[in-house]
Amino acid sequence: MTAHIDKEIESVVIRFAGDSGDGMQLTGTQFTNSTALFGNDLATFPDFPAEIRAPLGTLAGVSGFQIHFGSTRVYTPGDQCDVLVVMNVAALKVNLNGLKKGGVIIVNTDGFDAKNLRLANVPEADNPLKNDSLSEYDVKSIDVTKITRTALAESGLGTKEIDRCKNMFVLGLIYWMYHRDMDNTIDFIKAKFKKNEAVMNANIKVLTAGWNYGETTEMFANRFVVSRAKMDPGVYRGIMGNQAAAYGLIAASVKSGLPLFYGTYPITPASDILHELSKYKNFDIKTFQAEDEIAGICSAIGASFGGSLAITGSSGPGIALKTEAIGLATMLELPLVVVNIQRAGPSTGLPTKTEQSDLLQSFYGRNGECPVVILAAQSPADCFIMAYEACRIALEHMIPVFFLSDGYIANGAEPWKFPNSADLPAISVAFAEARNKGDEPFMPYLRDEKLGRPWALPGTKGLEHRIGGLEKQNITGNISYDAVNHENMVKLRQEKVDRVANYIPAQEIDNGPAEGDVLLLGWGGTYGALKTATLQLRGMGYNVSHAHLRYLNPFPSNLGEILSKFKKVVIPELNNGQLVKIIRDKYFIDAIPYNKIQGQPFMAAEVVAKIKEILD
Amino acid sequence: MTDVAEKLSSKDFASDQEVRWCPGCGDYSILKQVQTVLPELDRPREEFVFISGIGCSSRFPYYMDTFGMHSIHGRATAVATGLKATRPELSVWIITGDGDALSIGGNHFIHLLRRNPDVNVLLFNNQIYGLTKGQYSPTSEQGKVTKSTPMGSLDYPFNPIALSLGADATFVARSMDRDPKHLQMVIKRGYQHAGTSLVEIYQNCNVFNDGAFEVFTEKSSKKLETLMLENGKPLVFGENNDKGIKLDGFKPIIVDLNDASVNDLWIHDEEDLVKATILSRFYDDPSVEGHFPRPFGVFYVNNKKATFDQLFNDQIAYAKETFGKGDLDKLIAGKETWVVN
Ligand SMILES: Cc1ncc(C[n+]2csc(CCOP(=O)(O)OP(=O)(O)O)c2C)c(N)n1
Ligand code: SF4
Ligand SMILES: [Mg+2]
Repeated sequence: MTAHIDKEIESVVIRFAGDSGDGMQLTGTQFTNSTALFGNDLATFPDFPAEIRAPLGTLAGVSGFQIHFGSTRVYTPGDQCDVLVVMNVAALKVNLNGLKKGGVIIVNTDGFDAKNLRLANVPEADNPLKNDSLSEYDVKSIDVTKITRTALAESGLGTKEIDRCKNMFVLGLIYWMYHRDMDNTIDFIKAKFKKNEAVMNANIKVLTAGWNYGETTEMFANRFVVSRAKMDPGVYRGIMGNQAAAYGLIAASVKSGLPLFYGTYPITPASDILHELSKYKNFDIKTFQAEDEIAGICSAIGASFGGSLAITGSSGPGIALKTEAIGLATMLELPLVVVNIQRAGPSTGLPTKTEQSDLLQSFYGRNGECPVVILAAQSPADCFIMAYEACRIALEHMIPVFFLSDGYIANGAEPWKFPNSADLPAISVAFAEARNKGDEPFMPYLRDEKLGRPWALPGTKGLEHRIGGLEKQNITGNISYDAVNHENMVKLRQEKVDRVANYIPAQEIDNGPAEGDVLLLGWGGTYGALKTATLQLRGMGYNVSHAHLRYLNPFPSNLGEILSKFKKVVIPELNNGQLVKIIRDKYFIDAIPYNKIQGQPFMAAEVVAKIKEILD
Repeated sequence: MTDVAEKLSSKDFASDQEVRWCPGCGDYSILKQVQTVLPELDRPREEFVFISGIGCSSRFPYYMDTFGMHSIHGRATAVATGLKATRPELSVWIITGDGDALSIGGNHFIHLLRRNPDVNVLLFNNQIYGLTKGQYSPTSEQGKVTKSTPMGSLDYPFNPIALSLGADATFVARSMDRDPKHLQMVIKRGYQHAGTSLVEIYQNCNVFNDGAFEVFTEKSSKKLETLMLENGKPLVFGENNDKGIKLDGFKPIIVDLNDASVNDLWIHDEEDLVKATILSRFYDDPSVEGHFPRPFGVFYVNNKKATFDQLFNDQIAYAKETFGKGDLDKLIAGKETWVVN
C-alpha cells in the first residue's frame, strides 16, 4: 500500500464522458448523490446526444456528465473541468477543449484501440495516447475493460454484461480520489439489481475494485479533500429541475385542495415531468398521455372546466401545437398552467440541448391579442417554487400561465434546502355557489378585483352556462359581435394580466448595489452563470450588479425603477435577443444584448469577458 | 341523494339564446330531439355538459340550457375526455360535424373511440363544410362539385360507421334528422350505453348540400333505400317489407320475400362485431344497380369493455388504498436528506 497525500481544495469540476452506452449519466448521478449527501454545494450538467443508441464509439454518440462541487457556494456546473474521465477516443476528442490546461485525464485505454480510433475518425498514427498531444495534461491510463473483466472472471456473467460494469470501476476510483462514501451507491445497486444477484454482486465488486485501484497503485500521488460547504443552516436534499417542477405542481394541488390533471404527450426534455407525476396517483394526481399535444392541452382545458388544477406540459414543437388551445383558455378565462421545458429550435432543432428561445413565443405566439402570464425558473430547485407560483396565479386569477424552464436546469441538479409545506403561500380557490329558481341569473363573466371570473363547475345547480372561443359580452358571457365590446374585452384581458403584478414579489437585485455602471439583467436558467460572473467581476473591482427575472409577464412593478438606476443594462440570453426586445419596447432603454445560441449554457468566463469588453 | 329530481320538460333545456341556423337546416330537428330526450333521462339538468368543436353543428351547446363549451375545431373529443376523466359523474355529450370529427379532429376521434370514456357523440353528418360556406368534406362523395372543387372532388369519402368500428367503438349507430322518433330512440340508447356511443346523424344542409340524404328520408324512397335495424329481428326492407338480406357465408345477398322465407334471413345481432362490420359496408351509391339499402339504427354494442373514466379513477383509488393518502412533506424531503448546522 502506498501513502497518499491528502490535498485540501475548495472546489473541483469533474466531467465523465463516454459512449452513450457506457453509463456516464448514471455514474454522474451517483457521484452527485453521494456528494450532496456529504454536504458539498454542487451543480451538474448532463449533456447527452439526442439518439438513444447513437452509433457506438462515434463522436455523435458521446454522452457527458459534468459536476462542480465545493466547500464554497457553487452556482454553475463549471466552465472547464479539472478532471476528465474518458471511456474512449471519441469522448476525449469531444471534451478535451473543456479541460483546464494541466488537468487530469483518466483514460480507459481499451477505448483507444484501432476500432475506436477508426470510429472517432482518428488515424492510428495520431493515437493521442501514443504521441505527445496530451503532454500538457496529467494523463492516467488505465485499462478499465481488462481490469473489469479480470475482476469478474469468476462471476459467471457474459462479456457483454461484464463490460457494462466498467463505469462502476471509474466511479469507485473517483470516490476514492475525493474521499466519498460508497454506501449510498452500494444501496442503489442492491435495490436496482435485487432480482439479479449476479449482476448486483458484479457491480459492487467492480466499484470496490476501482476504489482499491486508487489505494494500491502508485498512479495517484494525491487524494483530495473538499470540505462541507458553508450553506444556510437547514435540512437539504439533492434535486433535479424537472423533479422539482413536478413536486411544485403536486404541492400546489395539495395546498389548493384540488386534484391535479396533467394532459401531455411525451417530448424531450419535458417527459420526465410526466414520469414523475405519474408515480403519485395517491396524491390525486391524474396524468393523461394523450394522442398528441393538442389533445394534451384540450383534455387539460376540459379538466379545468370541471374544477381540477389543470396542467399541460411540453417543449418546442409541442408548445407550437398548443397555441390555438392556449388562445381558447384565454377566452374561456379558466385556470391552466402550460409547462414549457425549452430546448433549442426551431422545429425539432437540438432536442437534448438547451436554449431560451421561446420567450417571444410565450409572449406573442398566438393569434389575436392573447396575453398570458409568464414565469421562469432560474435553477433546478427554483423550479419547485416557480411551478407552484404558476399554479397559484392560474387558480387565483382564473388565467392561463406559462411556466418556463429549459433543458439545462430541467436535467441539472443542486442541493435544495426544501421548504416545509406549511410555509408555502396559501392558494385560495372558491367555486361559484349553487343557485335556486328565483335567484338572480348567474353571470359567468362577472369579475372580481383581480378581474377574474367565477369558476362555475358543471354539476352545480343553477349555474348552467356556456363558454367558448367566440368573443363574449362582458359579465353575461353571451356571444357578442359588438365592436366596442370586443375592444373592451381585449383590454380587460390585458388588464387582467397586468394586475397580476400586484400579487407577485418586487424585483430584487441579486448581487451588487442598486445603482451603478452595469446591470446584468437575466431570466430563467442562466442565473448560475450570471451570478458567478457578477461575483468574479465585482471581485476584480468592476461596478456590476445582477438582477434575475422570474416573473416575466407582467414584470414586477418596480423593474423600470431598477433599470433607470444603471448606466448600462446588459441582457445575456441563450437566444438571438428576445428579452432585450421586450425591455427596450417597454422601458425605452438602450439595453445591450449578449447572446449565445449553441445549445449550451453560458460559461461564467464568457460573460465576464463580455462585460469587461463593454466596460473597458 | 334524497332530492327527487325535479321533473323537467324540453323547454327547461332551451337556453335564452336565439337559434341562428339557416331556416330549414336539419340541425333544428336534432336540437329538438335532444331537448325531448333529456327530460326523459331523469337526471338533474346541471349534470349535463355539451362540448362541441367548430362548425354550424357545433353552435349546438349555446342553445342548450345546460353546461356547455364551444371549443376549437376538431378538439371537442379531447376536451370531453379530460372532463369525463376527472368528473365521471357528469353526463358528457360531444357535438361535432363531419369536418370537425373526421378531418381536423380525425386523430382525436379514433383515440376517443378506442379509449371508450362514457360519453355520447352526436356526429352531424351533412357531407359538407357548412360554416365555411360549402366546401366538400371527408364524407362528401367523390366527384363532389363545390366552391373548392369546381371540377369535382378527388378524395374517396370516409365511411364513419366503418371507421368507428375499425377504431373499436363500443356503440355505433346511425340515424337521421328527418325521423324524429328514430333519432330519439337512438340518442336514448346511446345515452344508456356505458362507454363511448357514436351516433352518426344524417343532417340536411339545405343551403350547401340540399337533398344529400333525400333517398333515405323521403317517404317515396325511404322504405326501399333504408334498412331499419332492430336487434333480434330479420333484416327486412322494401316498399311492402317484401325484401330481405340473407347471409351466404360472409356474403350478404338481397332476396325477394315472395320467393324466400323470412326464416332464412339474417337476424340482426347488435353484439356481433363481424356482422356489424359487414353491415357497415352497406354504403353503396343508391343510384347504382343492385345496391344494398343503407342501414339505420344500432349497428353494434359492446358492453364488455370497461370505460376509460372507470379505469382511470380505479387506478387513483387503488393507489390511495395501497400507498395511503400522499404526504406532501415526505414527498418533498425524499429519501435522503442532510442537515447543515
Ligand atoms: C383551426 C381551424 N381551421 C379552420 C377553421 C374553419 N372552419 C370552421 S368550421 C369548418 C368546417 C366545419 O365543417 P363541419 O365540421 O362538417 O361542420 P358543419 O358546419 O358542416 O356543421 C372549418 C373548416 C377553424 N374554425 N379553425
Ligand atoms: S349552412 Fe347548412 S348546416 Fe349550416 S346552418 Fe345553414 S343549412 Fe345548416
Ligand atoms: Mg358538415
